[in-house]
Amino acid sequence: MTFALALEQLLNGLQLGVMLFLMAAGLTLIFGVMGLINLAHGSLYMVGAFACAAVAAATGSFWLGLVASLACAAAAGAIIELLVIRRLYDREHLDQVLATFALILIFSEGTRWVFGSFPLYLDIPPLLQGAVALPGGAQYPVYRLAIIAAGALVALGLYVLIGKTRLGMRIRAGESDREMIGALGVDIRTLYTVVFALGAALAGLAGAMVGALQSVQVGMGEPVLILAFVVIVIGGIGSIKGALLGALLVGVVDTMGRLLLPQLLTLFFPPSQAGMIGAAAASMLIYVMMALILAVKPRGLFPAAHA
Amino acid sequence: MLSRESLINILLAVLLLAVPLAANAYGEPFYVTLATRVAILALAATGLNLALGLGGLVSFGHAAFFGIGGYAAGILATHGFSGDPLFFGLSGTNQMPVIWLVAMVAAGLVGLLIGAISLRTSGVYFIMITLAFAQMVYYFAISWPAYGGEDGLSILVRNQFPGVNTMRPVNFFLICYVALMAALGLFVLIRSSRFGTALQAARQNEVRVATVGIAPYRIRLTAFALSAAMTGLAGALFADLNRFVSPSMLSWHMSGELIVLIILGGTGRLFGPLAGAALFVIFEYVLGGLTERWQFFLGLILLGTVLFARGGLLGLLAGKARHG
Amino acid sequence: MAEPVLQLSDLAKSFGALRATDGVSLDLRPGEIHALIGPNGAGKSTLIHQICGTLRQDSGTIRFAGQDIGHLGVSERSRLGLGRTFQVSSLASEFSALRNVMLAVQAQQGSSFRFFKPVMSDASLIDTSMAMLERVGLQDRARLPAAELSHGERRKLEIAIALALNSKAFLLDEPMAGMGPEGSKSLTGFLDGLRQEAPILLVEHDMDAVFALADRISVLVYGKVIATGTVDEIRSDPAVRTAYLGDHA
Repeated sequence: MTFALALEQLLNGLQLGVMLFLMAAGLTLIFGVMGLINLAHGSLYMVGAFACAAVAAATGSFWLGLVASLACAAAAGAIIELLVIRRLYDREHLDQVLATFALILIFSEGTRWVFGSFPLYLDIPPLLQGAVALPGGAQYPVYRLAIIAAGALVALGLYVLIGKTRLGMRIRAGESDREMIGALGVDIRTLYTVVFALGAALAGLAGAMVGALQSVQVGMGEPVLILAFVVIVIGGIGSIKGALLGALLVGVVDTMGRLLLPQLLTLFFPPSQAGMIGAAAASMLIYVMMALILAVKPRGLFPAAHA
Repeated sequence: MLSRESLINILLAVLLLAVPLAANAYGEPFYVTLATRVAILALAATGLNLALGLGGLVSFGHAAFFGIGGYAAGILATHGFSGDPLFFGLSGTNQMPVIWLVAMVAAGLVGLLIGAISLRTSGVYFIMITLAFAQMVYYFAISWPAYGGEDGLSILVRNQFPGVNTMRPVNFFLICYVALMAALGLFVLIRSSRFGTALQAARQNEVRVATVGIAPYRIRLTAFALSAAMTGLAGALFADLNRFVSPSMLSWHMSGELIVLIILGGTGRLFGPLAGAALFVIFEYVLGGLTERWQFFLGLILLGTVLFARGGLLGLLAGKARHG
Repeated sequence: MAEPVLQLSDLAKSFGALRATDGVSLDLRPGEIHALIGPNGAGKSTLIHQICGTLRQDSGTIRFAGQDIGHLGVSERSRLGLGRTFQVSSLASEFSALRNVMLAVQAQQGSSFRFFKPVMSDASLIDTSMAMLERVGLQDRARLPAAELSHGERRKLEIAIALALNSKAFLLDEPMAGMGPEGSKSLTGFLDGLRQEAPILLVEHDMDAVFALADRISVLVYGKVIATGTVDEIRSDPAVRTAYLGDHA
């Protein structure tokens, strides 16, 4: 294995981590503020990807598609919050799981109805096509670097939003004391809708950006959703910082594991078997990591005080 | 004097038996297969109901146990058919009783492992972690090529039961029906036993249980493993019904469906899983006949149930659940 | 003097900069009611949590029935005979009063890992449990779900559960709270007799009940025991008067 390959995979891991962060940040924010577990978060990711692909196909502009993905996912988030989700805040987790599972069915089949069963494809915008040379000689796609940069910007933006703005202050107040925030005269129902729409927009953005790397299809959201769960379980539910570190950890460990484990196992097994066992083991690696972290810290690396 | 719920339960049990027998008499094996599907899904959900209904453990990972049971059947049958030894010189088999035992033990042991880690947490953590571990098993099945990987594994000839021709749909149905009734009987015994008392009390008030000197963790872990074993048995039967096992049995969607069955029928009720499974299979058949997009409507029905009809079908028919 | 049943030595617990329990030493002797009083925020709840095992002390020891229990979990301490009631009733609310007590009896008998025999036809569980309910006067309410009992009845049910555990000591957290005058009076009479069975550590705000019942009183202020003594000693203790009773008198 060369240095160039390792660097390339490390960047791929970062890119996966960034994408997971966009998903996990919304999930953990929604849980932190409203105490809600939202399985339909993956559907919002899918909505973002479809909106981007459809608008980009109609207008020829990826950038308009990206705007549409944010707008559509945020709108879809606000609508389900108003119609369904707000009835669930006081319910037990089982009800939340089921109602949001029902939303997945509705979103998935609804999307199939509108767009059919065939995947859509989304082209990388001309500005971000091509590759740059990495140290060591490999070529790395500009688009993936752009995703990493976008994720870093979003992380920074969230940090400023939550730490420095009035909205952020209200969110933090909502996390620590729900009665308190009502007493402060903040319209809590509106705040919840805004937080939910914000989380949805982040998921939609992730879906749109990934849509140009993979095909855009129904069901694309759930594997990512489950990885995002692993991320926030590792990071500590309710903690944005935990979500960021957890996401990068999962992204890098998963990607590097798939590269390194099969090679590592060639020390013990003949190459054909090592590849097979290594691939199977690598697919389980992040879950094993999650189990180990939980064994030591059952509430994750950065447990939020109230959760 | 029987309560209204008991009468409805008896009616459900009789209907599940009578409909396929009648269908068989009129030469309609399709309905026998449909009823077999109901019985098996009800068995799987009854397993989950031990953990979820009695213990309040919202496992979103029971597909793992369902699938492990299925793969146990598929792998043993494949080796039994080909004659290749399995491992450590053990041979496969096509005898259902052996397969069931292996399926239950395998699912139970994995349940013990997953439970031991997941039960250190609670609430949403538990939901997410069980989901994640099931996904781990799913990806393992996909990336392990020896038994079909993504494509799954076919069982060429349905496995055998001593003295019964299992290839006749009605016979196989009866096997599944008996398994379901045995599981429901076991559920009743456990619910009213000391163990069940402690398990249900831990759902209602964990601190209370610890304060009388019972450690909730051990009670829950035992319940989780039993629950996994029962769902594993259902998985083995499901594999024999379809004569096919694939990673889709292990998918998160399957886990969700098992919970849905319980809720559609009525949470915390003995016959909730059966009522739910019957409803689900009827929806699937009727709605599925009308539109390819039947899951859209299933979603709407489910959403309505959760938001407005919390007691499920049995809640509508039999009123509030009662406890001793 | 008889060996204390429960003995706290130099117990300390901090939350960040807050010293919730600050070097507390106190003991509970056979046959006595030892009342623990103090203003709100004095650290009574934190202390109880440490005795029961829901919180772990930072330092110091807890000895109970002749052994160090400071490292044991909640259920292990209960099994040793530490019976408690809660400030806010803590019951299996869907279960009947009877089945709540039966849970305690089955725990007392040893195994909860019995899967087949129905508890409702188990005379060894039912008879003992009914006897406990009779002692607290709840026999007529035995079949009602705990959730449907009145506030006072739930308190009594908690005591019946503690009785069923054959407790070697009772830890009662504000048993009088929310009881009417009649209820307090009858409960006071009941606790007066209970001390013969096992000593009681009584956390209570109702001073009439405390002065009527307590053999000894300890006063907890800002995590420290500022005085321990008989009712008369505490009444006349100047430090107590300024720190605590002064506010009330």
